Amino acid sequence: MKRESTYGIMAEFTSAQALVDAARLTHQAGYQKIDAYSPFPIEGLAEEIGFHYNEVPLVVLIGGIIGGLTGYLMQYWMSAVDYPLNIGGKPYHSWPAFIVITFEMTILFAGISAVFGMLALNGLPMPYHPVFNVPRFSSASKDRFFLIVFSSDPKFNPASTRQFLEGLAPRSISEVPS
Amino acid sequence: MDEQYKTAVDAERAPVIGPGYTFGTVTEKISAIVLTRPASNGWFVGFGIAFLMTMMMLYAIGFLFLKGIGIWGVTIPIGWGFAIVNFVWWIGIGHAGTLISAILLLLRQSWRNSINRFAEAMTLFAVACAGIFPAIHVGRPWLAYWLFPYPNTMRVWPQFRSPLMWDVFAVSTYATISAMFWFIGLIPDMATLRDRATHPAARIIYGALSMGWRGSARHWHRYETAYLLLAGLATPLVLSVHTVVSFDFAVGIVPGWHTTIFPPYFVAGAIYSGFAMVLMLAIPIRKIYGLEDFITELHLQNAAKVMLATGLIVAYGYGIEAFMGWYSGDRYDAFTLWNRLHGPYAIPYWSLLICNIFIPQVLWIRKLRTSPVALFLISGVILVGMWLERFIIVVVSLHRDFLTSSWGMYYPTRWDWMTYIGTIGMFLAAIFLFVRLLPMISIFEMRTLLPEAEVKE
Repeated sequence: MKRESTYGIMAEFTSAQALVDAARLTHQAGYQKIDAYSPFPIEGLAEEIGFHYNEVPLVVLIGGIIGGLTGYLMQYWMSAVDYPLNIGGKPYHSWPAFIVITFEMTILFAGISAVFGMLALNGLPMPYHPVFNVPRFSSASKDRFFLIVFSSDPKFNPASTRQFLEGLAPRSISEVPS
Repeated sequence: MDEQYKTAVDAERAPVIGPGYTFGTVTEKISAIVLTRPASNGWFVGFGIAFLMTMMMLYAIGFLFLKGIGIWGVTIPIGWGFAIVNFVWWIGIGHAGTLISAILLLLRQSWRNSINRFAEAMTLFAVACAGIFPAIHVGRPWLAYWLFPYPNTMRVWPQFRSPLMWDVFAVSTYATISAMFWFIGLIPDMATLRDRATHPAARIIYGALSMGWRGSARHWHRYETAYLLLAGLATPLVLSVHTVVSFDFAVGIVPGWHTTIFPPYFVAGAIYSGFAMVLMLAIPIRKIYGLEDFITELHLQNAAKVMLATGLIVAYGYGIEAFMGWYSGDRYDAFTLWNRLHGPYAIPYWSLLICNIFIPQVLWIRKLRTSPVALFLISGVILVGMWLERFIIVVVSLHRDFLTSSWGMYYPTRWDWMTYIGTIGMFLAAIFLFVRLLPMISIFEMRTLLPEAEVKE
């Protein structure tokens, strides 16, 4: 794979509104591989850069189903199959008594899936990322908003993309080295 | 954010956040407490006392391991003394944190954003304190791991029909989910601290904890989904935890335990004591660290209202217990009621009614709901009252059961008290460390409350 010398071109904005507007215009201009960075979640921003659905709910659903089955089958197997023990004359397979642990295991597995699924889908932990090379980017966790067009975008051209981003009235423009 | 709610609040009551803040100033104000503010002498004194109390707890537990539970006041018929009282008390306190972080998130109560972080921390530390007690009260604490279903050479498995086993799963799931929920909420703020910190070690530690968070829109999208789903999972979980704790009692046939009102009234009591603890922590913290603009009068008032409502549910629970004692016609239940009112533990029972039902009614007065000093004192009273409630449930029910030959009395020993007071020290020591090492208010969620965060399509 050919290694680009530039990772992308990044524009800095001072308000959430400006970032959302810029993201919409950039996406409408035909740029596909873009991303936006903000210090807090902005409703609708992901949609503006063309990211509509995420797989976290599916991961959580699968985790929950696995957890519930694990919880119930574990109790069934241990109490009725592997070592049936008569306790107070209760049936070996006392399903009503198994519901609580089944429920807790469903929640446990679903919760673990939510956390680790989200991190894995986001590719985290990732201690190094090229955008951190931009000195101004440290404000992305405080009060600044950034939009990047990646050099892998088919429409990317160092000169014309920069010119396009300058047309969006950003506070600053930086080239992100790869 | 919920527009209607916010405008309604702006119009008639204290705002959810003080005026004049920007993204930058909110960030600086909260992160400065961790990054630049030097630790005061007061902090060192407070932490030192809490640390000594923790050492006292470790000493008491060490002596317990050496001698066995004979050093405690527990004897047959009262086999569940302070250990279970304190376990239920602590786990109940933890519930308010999950209520604030999960249930109020689902209900879109934006005022939760400034108190959820330390309420979750409180949950975590309270559950840690709670977890000590069942482990050390089993008699042979070095074998407490037998409670978990692991393949073993004895080839036996735990007894899954027992509420005590349900408790193991409920509490350990609760501890895990609470810890993950807290950590996930911290990730974006860790990135903020990573970018603000000047000390190299702080940069590395906060950087590692932030996992390389960069605030990408795609990441936020998945993050918000996961956060919301976790809240949705934590909501039934938190209700189930105290329900299962109440099953420990309600499934037994002891008079005073065997009742179906226990699950809802335990959950209400848990939230009641939890909000009291939230206020007891929030009121001094907002004063000392000058956070009155973030934890405003509105937060105090709302917490007071939650306490008032859950306190009334608890009062209803006591009323139903008394009513059923009379109405059921069961002489043992009737005797339980008579014994609570007139028996050897009448003083704790009347104190309980005063602390949990009568004194908190002053919260109907608006002036007291908005006075930090009054709320602090009332919260303390409620915490004492809720502790007494668990004492009444555990000890008073056990000391008089069906046969007069198996009646007895329970007198806590100094080791009981040292362990209990020691866990309070451990809890406070953890809180002291928390306010210095981590942002105690969620910075990124506070940013979303600012007017400039609003975006129009």
